Amino acid sequence: MTATAQETEVVLKVSGLEAGYERPGRYGFGRRRVPVVAGIDLAVRAGRTLGIVGESGCGKSTLARAIVGLRPAFAGSIEFAGADLASVPARRRRRMSRDLQMVFQDPYTSLNPRMTVAAVIAEGWRVHPGIVPRDQEDAEVARLLGLVGLRAEHGARHLHELSGGQCQRVSIARALAPRPKLIVCDEAVSALDVSIRAQILNLLGDLQSELGVAYLFISHDLDVVRHIAHDVAVMYLGTIVEHGPAADVFGDPQHPYTRALLSAAPSVRDRPDDGVQEIVLRGEVPSPTAPPTGCRFRTRCYMAAEVCERKVPEPVPRDGLPQSVACHFADSAGTTAPG
Amino acid sequence: MSAIAPVAITAPEVRRRRRLPARAWAGIGIVGVFVLAAVLGPLLMPYDPVATDLPHRLLPPGSRLGDGSVAWLGTDQVGRDMLTTLLAGSRVSLLVGTATVLIGGAAGLVVGLVSGYFGGWADTVLSRFGDMQLAFPSILLAILIAGVLGPSVTNIVITLAVTRWVIFARVVRASALATRDLEFVDSARVLGAGSARILFRHVLPSCWQPLLVAATVQIGLVMVAEASLSFLGLGIPPDQASWGATVSAGRDYLGSAWWISTMPAIALAAVVTAVGIVGDAFRDLADPRAQL
Amino acid sequence: MTVSAVHPAQPPAPGDVAAELRDVHIGFRSGRDVTPVVRGVGLRLRRGRVLALVGESGSGKSLTSLALIGLLPPGAEVTSGSVVLDGADTGGFSARRWREARGDRVAMIFQDPMAALNPGFAVGRQIAEPFRRRLRLRRREARERAVALMREVGIADAESRYGDHPHEFSGGMRQRAVIAMALALGPSVLLADEPTTALDVTVQAQILRLLARRQQEADLATLLVSHDLGVVARVAQDVAVMYAGRIVERGPLDDVYTRPSHPYTLGLLEAMPDARDGGRLKPIKGVPPDPRRPPGGCAFHPRCPFATDVCRDEDPPLAEDGDRAVACHHADEVTASRETEEPR
Repeated sequence: MTATAQETEVVLKVSGLEAGYERPGRYGFGRRRVPVVAGIDLAVRAGRTLGIVGESGCGKSTLARAIVGLRPAFAGSIEFAGADLASVPARRRRRMSRDLQMVFQDPYTSLNPRMTVAAVIAEGWRVHPGIVPRDQEDAEVARLLGLVGLRAEHGARHLHELSGGQCQRVSIARALAPRPKLIVCDEAVSALDVSIRAQILNLLGDLQSELGVAYLFISHDLDVVRHIAHDVAVMYLGTIVEHGPAADVFGDPQHPYTRALLSAAPSVRDRPDDGVQEIVLRGEVPSPTAPPTGCRFRTRCYMAAEVCERKVPEPVPRDGLPQSVACHFADSAGTTAPG
Repeated sequence: MSAIAPVAITAPEVRRRRRLPARAWAGIGIVGVFVLAAVLGPLLMPYDPVATDLPHRLLPPGSRLGDGSVAWLGTDQVGRDMLTTLLAGSRVSLLVGTATVLIGGAAGLVVGLVSGYFGGWADTVLSRFGDMQLAFPSILLAILIAGVLGPSVTNIVITLAVTRWVIFARVVRASALATRDLEFVDSARVLGAGSARILFRHVLPSCWQPLLVAATVQIGLVMVAEASLSFLGLGIPPDQASWGATVSAGRDYLGSAWWISTMPAIALAAVVTAVGIVGDAFRDLADPRAQL
Repeated sequence: MTVSAVHPAQPPAPGDVAAELRDVHIGFRSGRDVTPVVRGVGLRLRRGRVLALVGESGSGKSLTSLALIGLLPPGAEVTSGSVVLDGADTGGFSARRWREARGDRVAMIFQDPMAALNPGFAVGRQIAEPFRRRLRLRRREARERAVALMREVGIADAESRYGDHPHEFSGGMRQRAVIAMALALGPSVLLADEPTTALDVTVQAQILRLLARRQQEADLATLLVSHDLGVVARVAQDVAVMYAGRIVERGPLDDVYTRPSHPYTLGLLEAMPDARDGGRLKPIKGVPPDPRRPPGGCAFHPRCPFATDVCRDEDPPLAEDGDRAVACHHADEVTASRETEEPR
């Protein structure tokens, strides 16, 4: 497979996805659907990284969980490996999970504390027999441990004997064990200290170039996403407001929310009185279960007009721009200063 | 109980973090003595427990019998040696206690796991049913069932298990419910693990510890309940010795031969207290990591 | 009306030292043993300036800040050195003296605003509390002062939100309320321990802006404790970097950030993901040490690319040079390495 073919091949395509959670109905009978994200369209290319950024309550975690099957999809499709994950029967869905793995934020809670490191890593082979012959498992665990920068003897340990960074390496080895095509990383480096975070980010990058695995990388940290992602989608209150190549979205943001987010993100180059006026949005994020009408961002937007209340902006590619932007004023956002 | 204990106690974090206090070992010792006595009872018994010996009836503890032997705990109203009666009774009492907790615990484990892990309507139905049963006085329920089934060791085990399973089910349900929502269970789901694997590998191990604690508490309560039923004549048939039946039999002689009722009552109190202490110790061990 | 009017006597001048730590050691006591965790920290908080204390988890930065307000956790104590507040050595402070100093001279904002608010009482009432209790104001007067304060920290509809309970406030609004409570009695020293870590980026920007503004208006001496080098850069004039219970580098923030002299500071700055070079990050190798058992010699030497034999044997002292200070045997090399790399 050539590099260009690999780049254009899409491993995951999400269209019109609506997902959320279900609450038990009255008296414990029946279920009530509570959508958190709606109208999500995105694509992850083979061997590439799609970053998803947004603040708490924007639904990025719900989106990640819907893709790996931990949250129900109410509408739309999740195309992966030739099937629609949103509608395949549960048994087949489980078989397909071999190719679609996830790394969680906190390794101490997302890995069973009663299991040894080796058992944690090998669990995927118990679930999906035939990946690694039983007699080669020990060697394969040792190889994976080496791949993520741990030593073979770590396999016999329990998680509480390892540091946070080491545990996250175990999470990554566990996700790699079934040899997936795509790994969803949900805030995978957010709980780590700066010096350790850089180690794990480098590791993820190395693994991608060695194994060709694709990442759906979810984070609230813009710098981290900017560093690791090829493409990026910015989420606000359950919808994607801007989506495109990372260089373009971060370099030339079109949506007013993306602009505000970027200007609000602290950087080591900031100084207290450097005169740079960041865009400080008013108010806070409304409830995702009762979003505003029309454009969901309008209640905090410095450009909001009457049309924003009436009409939901469609995410469309603007003239001459590589990214698609869901804003009625996308063409002028770049030139209008916040009021 | 022995089937449960090793799994829970050897959890590495527990072993590493804390040790059993001395009083727990004292409790284990007392229980051990009674268990040994029950197992080895027939070998130790100086006399046939059901053979009557009217000339030597109602002798106080420590009396010397005609053949020169000593009745350390006295004799009852038909001349049976009290020590022998106690040993024979310990077999029945401990058997009933253990068997009831095993059966009730097993039933509670299954129901609690299904109810807690799967939730939904099954949980609603099972939980409400359990609530209704708990709202009904359990001794009254036991009297009802025992009255219908008639007295026998098997029947009293069934009776008591029916009245006790709800307690186990609730304990297991609570812990299955808590574990179900932990992230490592999500992580197993993402890996593609089916319900069976998640239940047995991830949820069940978290349920052993609370179940064991509940079992140690219940074993004592069940023995008391057995004694109560036997006292009422609804438990163990009169030809088999049981602590409760013996207490009941001594009722008429409380004024003249206090030891008939008192000796089995003391034995019962000792075992129940000892098991309770052991249960408390296990609960204290379990508490610091109750979140698991 | 500004809050500082509470203290009408002699207005303090900017630049005055409002609080000082002199060679403070903090340890955890168990029985007769004391495990040192903070080992000789010296800091000066000046009026009108923000000093940032940065470091990773376990570096001792939070304990250091808690020592300044007399709120060390149970078991921890200042084992030597002195904590000076407004010229008074707090070494002999009774629990009562500390209670009086808190709010009046020194106040603190924590990461989790819910921890500072009583969920059972209306937020407004909690803000009015110090006015009632400490200044003995009448209910109505205290309420007016509280509402004014709520307005100052940007709580919209302060009058109508006075009676709302903490759970009715959003995360950002709660932190605003906590800031109002902290500033109520016009303290001269403000301690902020990760004040925006639990908040979203856009809300964080609001809170940082508020803090910076109040800081200027009230002429506060602020200690900002944070793990986030970016947040610190936005509000602080001075920075002190902690590692394994010691300050390894200190100085004006701009100076330290552009010309770091300690390899740990350099490592932290270079480990930050940055858009400018999309390639590999330069992480610091290894993991932070257990704060109770730091390595011998310089605590950073096992992770340090500059380490030599002397670093293994000898813990370097914090050497002062003008307004900069650094504790490293190879400070000159570190500074030089950054300078040779910079013009790319």
